Amino acid sequence: MRRRSPLVLAAVATSALILTACGSSDSGTTESSAAAESAAPAESAAPAESDAAAGGSADLSGQTLTISNWAGYYPEDLATQVEASLGTPVTIANHATNEEIMAKLTAGGDSGFDVAFVSGQYAQALNDAGLLEPIDATQIPNLSNLYPEATQLAYDPGNTFSVPYTWGTTGICYRSDLVDEPTSWMDILEPSDENKGKVTQMTTERWLALPALKALGYSINTTDDGQLAEAKDLLVASKADLLAYDDTTFYSRLVSGEANEVVAWDGWCNYGTAENPDIKFVIPKEGSDLWADTMVILKSSQNKEAAHAFINFILDPANHAWVAENILYKVPNQAAMDAVGADLAATYANMGYSPSDLLKQETVVDLGADSVKYTDLATEVTSS
Amino acid sequence: MSATTTEPERGAPRRRALVGRAVFAGPGLLYVTLFMTLPLLIIASYTVLTRGRFGGVETEFTFDNFAKALQPIYLSVLGNSLLIASITTALALLLGYPTAYAIARLPRQWRTVALVLVVLPFWSNFLIRTYAWIILLNSEGPLNTALVNLGIVGAPLDLLYNRGAVVVGLLYAYLPLMILPVYASIERLDPELQEAARNLGAGKVRTFLDVTLPLTLPGTLIGAIFVFVPSMGNFVVPELLGGGKTEMVGNLIRDQFLVARNWPFGAVLALSVVAFLVILFAIQAAIGRRINGGGARA
Amino acid sequence: MEPVRRVGWLHLPLWLTYVFLYVPIAVLVVMSFNASKTPFTWKGFSTRWYGELLQDDLIRQGFINTMIVAVGATVIATSLGTLLAIGLNRYFRSALLEAYALTPAIIPDLALAIGLLALFALVGVTLGLHTVLLAHVVFGMAFVAAVVLARLGHADPSLEEASRDLGAGPVSTFFRITVPTLMPAIVAGALLVFTLSLDEFVIAFFTDGPSTPTLPIVIYSMVRFGVTPEINALAALLLLVSFTIVISAQRITKLTDAL
Repeated sequence: MRRRSPLVLAAVATSALILTACGSSDSGTTESSAAAESAAPAESAAPAESDAAAGGSADLSGQTLTISNWAGYYPEDLATQVEASLGTPVTIANHATNEEIMAKLTAGGDSGFDVAFVSGQYAQALNDAGLLEPIDATQIPNLSNLYPEATQLAYDPGNTFSVPYTWGTTGICYRSDLVDEPTSWMDILEPSDENKGKVTQMTTERWLALPALKALGYSINTTDDGQLAEAKDLLVASKADLLAYDDTTFYSRLVSGEANEVVAWDGWCNYGTAENPDIKFVIPKEGSDLWADTMVILKSSQNKEAAHAFINFILDPANHAWVAENILYKVPNQAAMDAVGADLAATYANMGYSPSDLLKQETVVDLGADSVKYTDLATEVTSS
Repeated sequence: MSATTTEPERGAPRRRALVGRAVFAGPGLLYVTLFMTLPLLIIASYTVLTRGRFGGVETEFTFDNFAKALQPIYLSVLGNSLLIASITTALALLLGYPTAYAIARLPRQWRTVALVLVVLPFWSNFLIRTYAWIILLNSEGPLNTALVNLGIVGAPLDLLYNRGAVVVGLLYAYLPLMILPVYASIERLDPELQEAARNLGAGKVRTFLDVTLPLTLPGTLIGAIFVFVPSMGNFVVPELLGGGKTEMVGNLIRDQFLVARNWPFGAVLALSVVAFLVILFAIQAAIGRRINGGGARA
Repeated sequence: MEPVRRVGWLHLPLWLTYVFLYVPIAVLVVMSFNASKTPFTWKGFSTRWYGELLQDDLIRQGFINTMIVAVGATVIATSLGTLLAIGLNRYFRSALLEAYALTPAIIPDLALAIGLLALFALVGVTLGLHTVLLAHVVFGMAFVAAVVLARLGHADPSLEEASRDLGAGPVSTFFRITVPTLMPAIVAGALLVFTLSLDEFVIAFFTDGPSTPTLPIVIYSMVRFGVTPEINALAALLLLVSFTIVISAQRITKLTDAL
């Protein structure tokens, strides 16, 4: 008899087990057919993407929108509201980080997205790669609602390929009932004994480097190899006292008491403050960044009119204020902030930062070919 | 189903074999070639190309990617992954082998129930199962709360976000993959062989070492590979339970493709893992053959 | 049945394994009834998370997407895998080719996922459920082929010869004799593919398109962002469904055995 390969044996062992677990063949077939039935109606329920391609006229009801935004970074019923206002079916996908959406947008071919939410420097990179549709200001009359400062940010002066959605800065979010107010980035990088193992840093590349670069007195846009090497050493050394790298749930670690001080974007610190008023935000004395998260339209989009209309919808003062109230991030929309900013600032101090407060910080810009220095730095720090 | 047109012609078995090959094995082999071999060849070609700025590759020939993989920092990640996967496999063996043995020795009507209980967690979502450990091991979680309240420890222990937590998560994810093949090989064992050994005067330990263990070794090796392989490549557990601080080769590969956008380097890493596993399988096959031969003589 | 002899100490690892496997699951189920939004503190009994879960469009859509892929992959992989096994067994008899055909079952999912992403990017295919389906068929087919091949090792070829001698054509022989003989293995393979596809994350993560996340992808983004007890409720529900399927399957087996 032929020697049976070990693979077959292994598969048999596994399948025999599953068979025992599932019983007779009868139950197996009924399960599959039941699954097929439940799957069938789904196909008709899913948005018919072919319609979008067939459309292409300026009539927005014939267009569909596929948007990617950070999870939890928009009001829950945004899609419904947009649909009601524009008559365009909207699908919102989630990404966790800039890197994740960048990988999908640059993978080649049609990514399937019409509008993507990315940070300013990534919008700049996407534009350099020729992937973005120029913003047609005539289709977005609500652009006039933006703070003048927000239209001249270093990554895209004049909003030629991106429109800011939110803006803010990066600092330390901490439990004011448990620890003294941190003053320096070194409180994170070399924490005092009570905070050892109770701090988190962000790992998304530019913000991983930020605390170390600022603590050393360097620009957050530096491309100097020596400065980056110093920052790397500092970051590697700081790993010993780190609870975890966390770009997404740091505020809940403060709420649960797992962490005392975390590197945080101002808006997400507010999520913690909402659950525990003792959670506060501070910009360390060495300074920080000014970042903007933007909306961009993909060149590959088949629904560019609807995409412009979507951005115009967001920039409507009432809508943008609604966004700010929901996500607790500052929006660069003067009319919207005039309406709700003061109320929100009463609870969430950083909602009261003015454009000039923000402009004191250094704007993050794309570094072109030198960007890989930061990705390599991030890889090397997390691998160490 | 184009076989319908070919009547069995006794005079042309060669032709029938050709048609049979084409009709039965053709589609499957074509599929494997298109969607496994071709993708792997593409990856192989990336290893000698230059990274594109936004991911992808530029057709500029280089061996730098291999040199980079040999840098101490990345070799240490590889070593770290080997260590974690090995510890996980060893623990799976220590816990899984006796478990499988115990199940195989249960009365027949209980064996199915016992096995179903082992695989049942497999039927819920892998991520949710991993998430359970975040709740369980958290400094504010039930385990630490219990330990502190019982006065066993003064302050919560750091159970999460370290190598130990990663090993526990991997063990939890893949333990059934060890138990199944081991059980299958123990269950097939002829009890008379053990009986005979005992009758010939061999002690219990002797019987186990000389008869049971060698005969179950092939199944055990398969179980070990089933646990080791996915443990090496896993990037979810190190991220969730390791707090992103313990980098394994799976994270490194994932990051090269999705974060750092250095596809050629990611390709080198991915292929080296594949090559490593091929070697592992060769060793397993060789041992399996020797054991089978020895078993036949016994 | 021979009596269980001197194995009392052997049950210790068995119980250890069960404790290890089920304590986290017990924690999940308990926490799914926790009124508090923070998963680490208990604030009383509540079923609100189950209500929210049932209204969560993302989870519902993810579940439907997963079902489409799992059912599609099961059908295609089972058909191709069965044919492949028969072809390998009858017309090739080459251990090397067999190993080649079964490789997708043991290749690291990450390598396969990245290779497929590269292939799709190179060809310029838009990613979506169809690409996940294509990818799941690759490893699914190998598992089915492995199971069916094992069964073919025991199969008795004389039945098929008799069928042909009695004048049945190859197609009729295939469907009346070959397929029924292999049915247990085919069903086992199909179940294996279905189970694996249902919970497959890595390959789907790389090959899925933006607007059609499968359930494991949805759960991944929830685990990273929301520490909401909704996810515990989802886990509890999934387990309940699994339990029900297993128990009813056991019942059906006992019934058919009795007949």
